[in-house]
Amino acid sequence: MVTEGIMGLNGKPLVSIIGAGMSKFGKHDGLLGREIFGLAATEAFSRCPKLDPKQDVKAMFIGHMGESYEHQGHMGATIADWIGLRGVAATRVEAACGSSGAALRTGIYAVLSGLSDVVIVGGVEKMTHRTTAEVTEYLAMAADYPFEQFHGITFPGLFAMMATAHMNAYGTTEQHLAKIASKNHHHGALNPKAHMQKEVPVETVMGSKYVAWPLKLYDCSLISDGASCIILTKPELAAKYTDQPVHIVGSGQATDAIGLYERDSLTSLQSTKLASKAAYEMANIKPEQVNLAEVHDCFTIAELIAYEDLGFCALGEGGKLVDSGATSLGGAIPVNTSGGLKSKGHPVGATGTAQAYEMYLQLTDQADKRQVKDAKVGLTHNIGGSGATAAVHIYRRDQ
Amino acid sequence: MTTPTYVNTPVEPFTIEQFYKFLEQGKLMGGICQKCKKVHLPPRPYCDKCGADKFSWLNISSKAKLLTYTIINVAPQQFQNLTPYAVGIVELAGGVRIPGMIQGVPHDQLKIGMNLQVDFGTCSQPQQWPSWQRYCFKPL
Repeated sequence: MVTEGIMGLNGKPLVSIIGAGMSKFGKHDGLLGREIFGLAATEAFSRCPKLDPKQDVKAMFIGHMGESYEHQGHMGATIADWIGLRGVAATRVEAACGSSGAALRTGIYAVLSGLSDVVIVGGVEKMTHRTTAEVTEYLAMAADYPFEQFHGITFPGLFAMMATAHMNAYGTTEQHLAKIASKNHHHGALNPKAHMQKEVPVETVMGSKYVAWPLKLYDCSLISDGASCIILTKPELAAKYTDQPVHIVGSGQATDAIGLYERDSLTSLQSTKLASKAAYEMANIKPEQVNLAEVHDCFTIAELIAYEDLGFCALGEGGKLVDSGATSLGGAIPVNTSGGLKSKGHPVGATGTAQAYEMYLQLTDQADKRQVKDAKVGLTHNIGGSGATAAVHIYRRDQ
Repeated sequence: MTTPTYVNTPVEPFTIEQFYKFLEQGKLMGGICQKCKKVHLPPRPYCDKCGADKFSWLNISSKAKLLTYTIINVAPQQFQNLTPYAVGIVELAGGVRIPGMIQGVPHDQLKIGMNLQVDFGTCSQPQQWPSWQRYCFKPL
């Protein structure tokens, strides 16, 4: 069992967020990824006017999944160059769709090490200019090659196999999954930065075509362009930059077998369990103390499984939790108030820090129509591939 | 002074490529950890259970049981001419699992728990790297 070196902080902040930005997610014709990142960086800087980026920022960690999309690798330096920070140490972090969750974790390492007082972590992906077949192929690269991709197993295919197994083991239905899609579209309709800002009724989800049975088109997240970033500093320096910091009080990252077929369970992600256990212990809280969460709903089944792995309900009871309405806005634990990957969009490298951006808005009362009342503690859950990587972070507002 | 004894072990390497080479010879082979006896398919340098690094090759029966499956409608370029096609994960004797394409079973007759067998020699072999012989799952 993996254990963390920094246990028992009793909820003391690891780092503080002093600014955050996100481009609109969707189609950005005419902009390259680096330029889309500029939109996110500009917003983050404007939210933190006391920061002198050129003077203060000491390091950048940029989540970016694939150079195939734009024929552009070396995204760390590219981004630093394009946001006016040429000279700053900048590194691309790659963990497939979990890239910027891992970048966030890396940024925490940098601040906690004492080496860098102010760090930008973010992510970017430009995808919509590619055909669905190309995107399907690029995304599949996050799965095991010699046994999964080599045999024609796609990304939706991997999650579909988890769904088939979950349905067989626990009686979960396509209707449960459709409710998750519809809920996230309801939330996304309230988010002006979401890719698809419209209501999608359960019947529409149920009537959509199969991509990989039992998953249908509306069970899948969107192919989007987008970027997001947050600015981190040491908790003791936060007041120098802002009156409204958001603190990260727990961080966990873990792995599992790269191939789904080798995992102990086909209905649960061990990486999520390990990462969330570490994060909960660090924050010294229990799952029931979380007020809201952004979870990795690359496919609806992934959100349902995340409920169980994060401890929002017991194993096998994700379907019941959906039926109860607890994870909708106004429920006991609203999940994916941003619209999630499903409706907000999933520019893969940008997703992890876009979840952190939503937490920043919610915990500083800036989430407008989708604001969760009295939100104090939030959680983000970002996975890479079919779950071989998971990063979980816990946030709380300044007290 | 004694002469050191070099033990020559003409054992095929415990690599993924070797797994596929065995398939071409009609053998389904996994690596069994000499210490804890966990069978690894594909083989690897370290046992994921006990961490030991000594393995032996083990012949595995091609009898398989279907654990989960899906039917792929949207495929990468290379597999588009096959859609819709079924893929699944099967369990072999000793609890080893592998994923692959399921052929020869009507899609509406696929069922978790059904018996299949690993078939090799009749599946496609790519021209480019890696030019390994594919296996697939077929009805008994």
